[in-house]
Amino acid sequence: MTTATIAADRPGNADPSVIPFTVTFIIRRFDPDTDTEPRWQDFDVEMYATDRVLDALHKIKWEQDGSLTFRRSCAHGICGSDAMRINGRNRLACKTLIKDLDISKPIYVEAIKGLPLEKDLIVDMDPFFASFREVQPFLIPGSKPEPGKERVQSVAERARFDDTTKCILCAACTSSCPVFWTDGQYFGPAAIVNAHRFIFDSRDDASQVRLDILNDKEGVWRCRTTFNCTDACPRGIQVTQAIAEVKQALMRGHA
Amino acid sequence: MTAIDNAPAIEPPRSPSRPARKRGVNWEKWGWIYMRVSGVLLLVLIFGHLFVNLMVGDGVHAIDFGFVGGKYASPFWQVWDVLMLWLALIHGGNGMRTIVNDYATLPTTRRILKGAIFVAVAALILLGTLVVFTFEPCPAGSPADLLPSFCPVG
Repeated sequence: MTTATIAADRPGNADPSVIPFTVTFIIRRFDPDTDTEPRWQDFDVEMYATDRVLDALHKIKWEQDGSLTFRRSCAHGICGSDAMRINGRNRLACKTLIKDLDISKPIYVEAIKGLPLEKDLIVDMDPFFASFREVQPFLIPGSKPEPGKERVQSVAERARFDDTTKCILCAACTSSCPVFWTDGQYFGPAAIVNAHRFIFDSRDDASQVRLDILNDKEGVWRCRTTFNCTDACPRGIQVTQAIAEVKQALMRGHA
Repeated sequence: MTAIDNAPAIEPPRSPSRPARKRGVNWEKWGWIYMRVSGVLLLVLIFGHLFVNLMVGDGVHAIDFGFVGGKYASPFWQVWDVLMLWLALIHGGNGMRTIVNDYATLPTTRRILKGAIFVAVAALILLGTLVVFTFEPCPAGSPADLLPSFCPVG
């Protein structure tokens, strides 16, 4: 029990930030043991303006329906476990504040699209990580560093790929991509972002390998620049720009 | 610091699970570039076409057999229209192919739809090119008031 809750219980306290209000959540439920099709179920939850969608899910799970299933780990927007579709947009439940949503209407919460639904808000992430692994997202240096030294890189060289180092692999971008929804073979924005992170790293010597992988029929040329990924990214990565930079590198023939 | 030299050898990174792209022309890449280049050219060609046909002089009221015949007698407009025809049909056909790739899942459906697009594009390009280069602006025995001004009278 937080101090805010205690303060709100006290009569005569007029601070609007600690007065709870009722928010309706409509959650897309699916239990593979009993359901053949997903169904929508609504819950009324007492919330504070400072609460997040993840807090609402916790309240539902702990106080109303213990069978509600979702992933979450750090609850602070770093681990990337709780990406879900909130009011039709891919967001992290732990970074979406109630006060930023229109609570005069119900809030719709469902699992991210394009990946196999397992239960309630949980999807099978294996295809997502398979395409992530395929771009070889690890440093492949061509030479050894000087003994006892790190690999030296200038500030400008580091800044070249700074944006794409922020990825937390939450799959919000890939599962917001209309090409990925209809073509499961497409690498998806997240894999391309993580390839970009190494392609433009001056310490890495295998950018040609990754460019060849992304030059594939199901690679970067599938991108339709709809910007859904950039809009969905909870880390604010300019995903579409990163994909365009990989396209340009492919046209130049080198990073 | 010498521990690095004694470190166990790490297995080389796993090989990609899908076969590497075959050598040769990368159609996806050139298709992507073609869409952008032809898009820019078509902007100029189509708006130029619309301006000359609909705005200049009498505008849309000037269009008749004589107007079209007169245009096709000039090599400039022949090249302009053929360029527009080829660029636009291949641009549109490639766009339709992309939509089929995105939304048709059954291999047979895809093959039939892509085949139909190819046949339609090829037929229209052939017919259009034929018309532009073999157009006879002064068919014999036609009344002079329907023909372009440069036709011999009689």
